[in-house]
Amino acid sequence: MKNKECVAMLLAGGQGTRLKSLTKQIAKPAVYFGGKYRIIDFPLSNCTNSGIDTVGVLTQYEPLILNDYIGIGDTWDLDRKYGGVSVLPPFMEAEGGGWYTGTANAIYRNLKFLNQYDPEHVLVLSGDHIYKMDYNAMLDYHKGTGADATISVIEVPWVEANRFGIMNTDEEGRITEFDEKPDNPKSNLASMGVYIFRWDVLKQYLLEDAEKENSSHDFGKDIIPSLLYDYKKLMAYTFEGYWKDVGTVDSLWEANMDLLKKDPELDLNDQRWRIYSKNPNQPPQYIAPTAHVRNALINEGCRVYGTVDTSIIFYGVHICESSIVKDSVIMPDVKIGKNVKINRAIVSKGSVIEDGAVIGDPSPDSEITLVADEGSVLAASLATHT
Amino acid sequence: MDRIAGIINLDHEQDMLDELTYFRCGAAVPFGGRYRMIDFAISNMTNSRIESVAVFARRKYRSLMDHLEQGKAWDLDRKRGGLFILPPDWNDPTDISRGDLQHFHNNIDFINRTLADYIVVSGSQHICNINYQDALQEHKNSGADVTVVYKQVKELYPEHQRAHKLDIDANNRVTAIHNDHSSTNVYMDMYIIEKDYLYHLIEKCIAHGCSHFFLDGIKAKLPDIHIHAYEYHGGHALVNSMESYYRNSAKLLDPQEHDELFKDDAPVLTKIKNEAPSSYTATSNVTNTMVANGCVIEGHVEDSILFRGVKIAEGAVIKNSIIMQRCEIDSNAVLENVILDKDCRISTGKTLIGAPEKPYVVAKRRTM
Repeated sequence: MKNKECVAMLLAGGQGTRLKSLTKQIAKPAVYFGGKYRIIDFPLSNCTNSGIDTVGVLTQYEPLILNDYIGIGDTWDLDRKYGGVSVLPPFMEAEGGGWYTGTANAIYRNLKFLNQYDPEHVLVLSGDHIYKMDYNAMLDYHKGTGADATISVIEVPWVEANRFGIMNTDEEGRITEFDEKPDNPKSNLASMGVYIFRWDVLKQYLLEDAEKENSSHDFGKDIIPSLLYDYKKLMAYTFEGYWKDVGTVDSLWEANMDLLKKDPELDLNDQRWRIYSKNPNQPPQYIAPTAHVRNALINEGCRVYGTVDTSIIFYGVHICESSIVKDSVIMPDVKIGKNVKINRAIVSKGSVIEDGAVIGDPSPDSEITLVADEGSVLAASLATHT
Repeated sequence: MDRIAGIINLDHEQDMLDELTYFRCGAAVPFGGRYRMIDFAISNMTNSRIESVAVFARRKYRSLMDHLEQGKAWDLDRKRGGLFILPPDWNDPTDISRGDLQHFHNNIDFINRTLADYIVVSGSQHICNINYQDALQEHKNSGADVTVVYKQVKELYPEHQRAHKLDIDANNRVTAIHNDHSSTNVYMDMYIIEKDYLYHLIEKCIAHGCSHFFLDGIKAKLPDIHIHAYEYHGGHALVNSMESYYRNSAKLLDPQEHDELFKDDAPVLTKIKNEAPSSYTATSNVTNTMVANGCVIEGHVEDSILFRGVKIAEGAVIKNSIIMQRCEIDSNAVLENVILDKDCRISTGKTLIGAPEKPYVVAKRRTM
C-alpha cells in the first residue's frame, strides 16, 4: 500500500477531572458541547475537512461511550478502506504492557500502528479544545519551513499568558524556548496542543524517551524540551480564529455562551467547514404558543412550552410551561417540569427536573451550577436554592 | 418472527402537488420540517423489521434517488437485503406486461430472491406509523389470501374522494372495494400477501393483459378470494393534493397529532444533513412552530413549519406558512399562507399572502 503523507494521533484518554461530575462516566473528549456536538467532533471534523483520512484515537479513561460514539468513524466520513479511524486502547504485550503512562508513551506504544502507514509526518491532537482549524495549511507550513516539528500557537492576552504553555520564538518563527505556565511570560504565543512532527524524528525521540527512567513520557514536559535541547528545528505556526480550552466547568459554560453572541466567532453553519456529529434523527423542535425563545441554540426533538433565554438546548429536551431557562446549557433528553427556574447552570444528560425546582444563581459572576450525574432526578425540595 | 419484504409501489401515484411536483415525484416531496413523503413508508417498514425494500419508481425520481442514497438513514445499506431503487428500465423482448405489472414482471428477481415469506406493498401518500408485524399476525390468523390496511377516518375531506373505500363484514372480511364518497373506511394503499401467492397473481395478471395489479389482480377477484381488512388506529394523513398537503402539514403542530406519528420506539428516519442546532436571536419571536435544524431566526414566526437551514431576517413576519430547506427571507418581508419550495429567496419588504384554503405556492429556487 502507498504510504500516508500525514497520520493524525488524537489523545483522548484524559479524565478531565476539572469538569467534575461531567466526566464521572465519560472521557473528556466525549463531553457534550454546543447543543449537538461532543468535544471530539471538532478535531475529527477538522481532520476530515483538512483531508487527513487516517486518525488513531488513543483512549484510556472510561472509553465505553467514546468507543461507541466513534464506531467505524462514518460520522466524520472516516470509514475508509485504507486508513480511517482506529481506536487505540492500551494493551498487554508478550512482555509487559499496561496503561499509557503519558502522552508520549501513548504514541510510543502505538509505533506499530504508525509504521503500517509509514507516514512522513504525524499530527498530534488533543480532545480538549473547541476550534476549527485547517491542519493541511499547517502541514504546508511545516513542509515549507523544513521543520522537524511545528507547534500551533495562538496569541493569548498577556495577562492570561501565565496559564498556558508559552513558546518564545525568533523573528522567523523558530521556537527558541518553551515555558510551561511562566510567571513572567516573554511571549504571548500559547501552545494549542497541536503538533506536527516529521515521523523519523519523532520516532527517534520516542524510542530514546522510552529508555529514560526519570521521564514522565509527556510531549510538553519531555519530548519538546529534548528536541529544543538538541537544536532541532521547531517552528511556531500562528493560528488565527476561535480556540477555546474547555477543561473546566466555567470554560465549558463560557464556550457554549460564546455561540450565542451576535455573529459568533465560531460559525457552526459554515457549509465549507462542517462540524460533523452523530445525528439523533429526531423530529423538528416544537416551539409552543406559550413559549418565549430569545437568543438560543435549540436542537431537534425539543419541545419548548416555557421560556428559553440565552441558553443552549441539546436534542430531546422538554421544557414545560412557566419554566424559565436562562444563561444555561441543557444537555440531551433532560425533562424540565413546570415552574422551574434554571439560571447559570449546566444540566447533565437525561436529568429530570421536577415541577417548581430552582437551580443556580442568577447573579452575574456567580459560580456555574452543575446538575450532577447523568440521569439524576431533581425534586423541587432537593434543588439548590439560592 | 416472520420475514417480510417490502415494496413501495409509486407506479400509479399521480404528481398532484402542483409546483411541488414539477421536478420531483410525490414520494420525494418534503413534508413535516425535515422529512420527505417516502420516509414514512420506509420507516414503517424498517420499524417492522423489514430488511429488504424495493422502490418501484416511474417518473421524476432523480430527487428521490438523491434522497434515498444507499438507504443508510434507515439502516438499509446491507449485505443481505437492503434498499433497491428500481427505475423503469426493462429490456425483456418477450415482455407483454403493462402498467405496474411491468415493474412486478421485470423486477421479479427481487421477489424470487428474498428470503421472506410475505410481501408488504405500500404507496407513499398515506402518512402513518404502522407496525406491519402486527398486521401480519392478523393476516395469518384470518387465513386470508390478502390483507388490506384501512383507516376509519372521523371526517371526510376532499383527499379521501380519490381513495378507495372498503365494505367490511362482521369478521373484518372485505366484501367490496369501491369509491363511494360517503364511506369512511379509507383503504391506505397497503396490503400484505404471501410471496408465492403474489407470484401466482402476477403471472395471471400479465397473461390477461392487466395494467393495474391491485385493481385487476386483487380487487377484481372479489368475492372469489378472501381479503381481510386490518384496521390501523394511529395518526394518519392522506396527502394527494396541494390542499391536503397544506392542511395535513398544519396538523403536525397539534402535539397530540404529532405524537401519534412520531414515536420514540418507532421513529421516522430521514437523510442526515449535519446541520447545526437552530439559532434564535434577541429579536426572534416564534410561537406554535416546528423548526428543523440549521435555521437562523431573527424575525417573527407563528403557526408555521420551517425546514432545515432556513434564514429569517429581523423584521420579517411569517404566518401559517411552510418554508422549505435553505430558503432565505429578508428583512420586513411578510408571508402568510405561503408554501416556499427549497432554495427560494424573498427579498426585503416583499409581501406574499395566500388564502387559508389555497396557499400561495412558490416553486423551487425562485427569487421574489
